[in-house]
Amino acid sequence: MKVLTLNFLTCAVKACKSTSTSFPLHPKDCEMVSDTIEPNPKLLYNILPRVNWTALLTTVAELGFPELPPNPPTIEELQADEKMTQELHTLLLETQISEGCLVCGNCGHAYAIKEGIANFLLPNHLV
Amino acid sequence: MVYMIRFTQVHETFRLAETKALAVLEGIDLEIISYSPTSPFCMVKLPSEEAAKKLLQRSILAKAIYEVWGHGSSYPELHESTKATSSHLWPLYKNVTFKFVIDSFQGSRTNDEQRALIDSFRFLEFEGPIHMKGAQYEFCLAEDWPLGSASLGIKKPTKVFLGRYLARSERDVISKYDLKKRKYISTTSMDSELALVTANITLAAPGKLFYDPFVGTGSFPIACAHFGALAFGSDIDGRSIRGKGKVSLLANFEQYGLTREFGDSFVADLTNSPVRRARLFDGILCDPPYGVREGLKVLGHRDPTRGKTPIFRDGLAHHLDPKFVPPKKPYSFLAMLDDILEFATTSLVDNGRLSFWMPTANDVDQEIKIPEHPSLEIIGVCTQEFNQWSRRLITYRRIPDAEVVASESRQPRVKETGVNANDLNPFRKGYFQGFKPVSKS
Repeated sequence: MKVLTLNFLTCAVKACKSTSTSFPLHPKDCEMVSDTIEPNPKLLYNILPRVNWTALLTTVAELGFPELPPNPPTIEELQADEKMTQELHTLLLETQISEGCLVCGNCGHAYAIKEGIANFLLPNHLV
Repeated sequence: MVYMIRFTQVHETFRLAETKALAVLEGIDLEIISYSPTSPFCMVKLPSEEAAKKLLQRSILAKAIYEVWGHGSSYPELHESTKATSSHLWPLYKNVTFKFVIDSFQGSRTNDEQRALIDSFRFLEFEGPIHMKGAQYEFCLAEDWPLGSASLGIKKPTKVFLGRYLARSERDVISKYDLKKRKYISTTSMDSELALVTANITLAAPGKLFYDPFVGTGSFPIACAHFGALAFGSDIDGRSIRGKGKVSLLANFEQYGLTREFGDSFVADLTNSPVRRARLFDGILCDPPYGVREGLKVLGHRDPTRGKTPIFRDGLAHHLDPKFVPPKKPYSFLAMLDDILEFATTSLVDNGRLSFWMPTANDVDQEIKIPEHPSLEIIGVCTQEFNQWSRRLITYRRIPDAEVVASESRQPRVKETGVNANDLNPFRKGYFQGFKPVSKS
C-alpha cells in the first residue's frame, strides 16, 4: 500500500469516522518497499490539494522518513522545485508498505497488510 | 465546419454518449447535426479540423472522421451539394496524391460500379497521381443502404456523402486489452471494448484519480489506466485482488506496462468503507455484483441478533486470528446503488463523474428504476440488450454544492425486507424465475 493511499484511508468502523483520532491510521511493525515509478508531475499537482498534509506529517514521522515542511507547497512552488517534486513523488507514489498493520487511534482495531494489500474487512461486532 | 463521424454499428446507445464525453474532456464545442441509431454516419459541427482529430483520437466506438464535402439522398443531389459547399476547397488538392474509397454500409458495389461512381466526381478536377498506398489525401464516398438491401432487391442507397479523411480513432486498442489475451480474468470481467467506453464516458485522463469499489480482476482500472488516470480499486473479496500464484490484479497492470498508472488495491466493503470522507476522486466507475453470477454480500451477520460481541477461543479473540474470515450477509442491490450514489457524492470532485452498470428486466412491469440523488445529475443512460433483460450504463455528474437544488420531492426508497438473496434483490428473483410477466390480479 502506497503512502498516498494511507492518506486517503481511515478506520472502516462507522463510529470512528467522525472522530479526529481515527485518522491517519498508525503503521505498526511495517516492512517498507520502494518501486521505481516514472515521475508524473501533472498527477502530483492534482494529488496535492487532496492530500491531508497534517496527517502526512504524522505518517512521515511514524515511518521515520525525513521531515517535510510544516505547510504543503503550492503548485507554483512545486513547479519551481524539482527536488521537492521528486521527494514527494518518491514518498507518495513509490514508497509502499508491504507487510505490517495499520492501527486506528480511536478504537485500536488493527488492519493487516499482506503482500502490499490492506484488508479493511471488519468482524461482525464492529459492523 | 461540418464533419462526419463514421461510427461502428455496435453498442449504438453508447456512441453519442462517448463522443459527447470526449468533447467535454477535450473542451470542444460539439453540435450534433444528424444522428440515427440505425446508421453509422453522424454529421456534426465542430470548430476546426484540429478539434475533429482531437475528438476522435481516443474514441472506441467511432472509427474515423471526415471533413464533409457534400451530402444528399442520391448521387445527383450529392454532386450538386458538393459543388455548392466545397468548390472553394478543390484547388487546394489539385496536384496532391490522392485516392478514393467507397464505404457502403449494408450495401455492396462491384468494382465497375465503384469506378463509375468515383469517375462521376471528375468535376473536382484533381490532376495529381492516384496512389492506392501512401496517398497524401484520402476521399471517401459513404453510402447508407437500408437494412437487408440485397435480399429486398433495393438498388440505391438512401444517403450518400463525400468526405475528406482526417483521422482514425483508437478502436484498434480493443484487441490489445482483449480478455482472451489477459493473464488474469474472472467470469464477470467486463469485455475490453465496453470497459474502455466506460472509462471514456467517465472522463478518465492523465493526472486524474479513479476508483472502482467492486474491482474484481481490474477491468475498469486497467481501462482508466490506459487513458492515463491513476486507478484505485477495492473489493470485498480479497481473493480476486490477490489472485493466485503469478496472476493478480497488479500483474494485469504489469502485463500492459501500466504500473505507473496503478494507484492501489485494498480489500474493503463499500457499506463499511475505509475511504476518508473527502473529495478525493475525479471519477468512480463500477459494475456492482447484481447477484446472478456472483452474490451481492456485505459485512455483517445474516442474523442481526448474533455476533455483536467479540468471540474468544482459548482466551484469544477469534477476529484477531490471521485466518479469520469475517461473516458476510446478502444485501439488497437497490440499497447498494443508493450507497454508491451517497459515496460518490461524498468522494467525487465537482463535475467528477460516476458511472455504473445495472441490470433491468426488459418487461416494463419489472423494470428497475434509475436511482437519483440531488447532488448528482444524470448525464446519460446507455443500454446493452440481451434476450429478456438488459444492462444499462448510468452516468452522473457531481453537481457543485452551490448549484444543488434542494428537492423536497425525493422520496426515500422503500427498503427491501428479508434476509435471503431473492427477497433482497428483485432482479435476481426475476432472472431465476425467467422474467415471467407480473400478474396484475
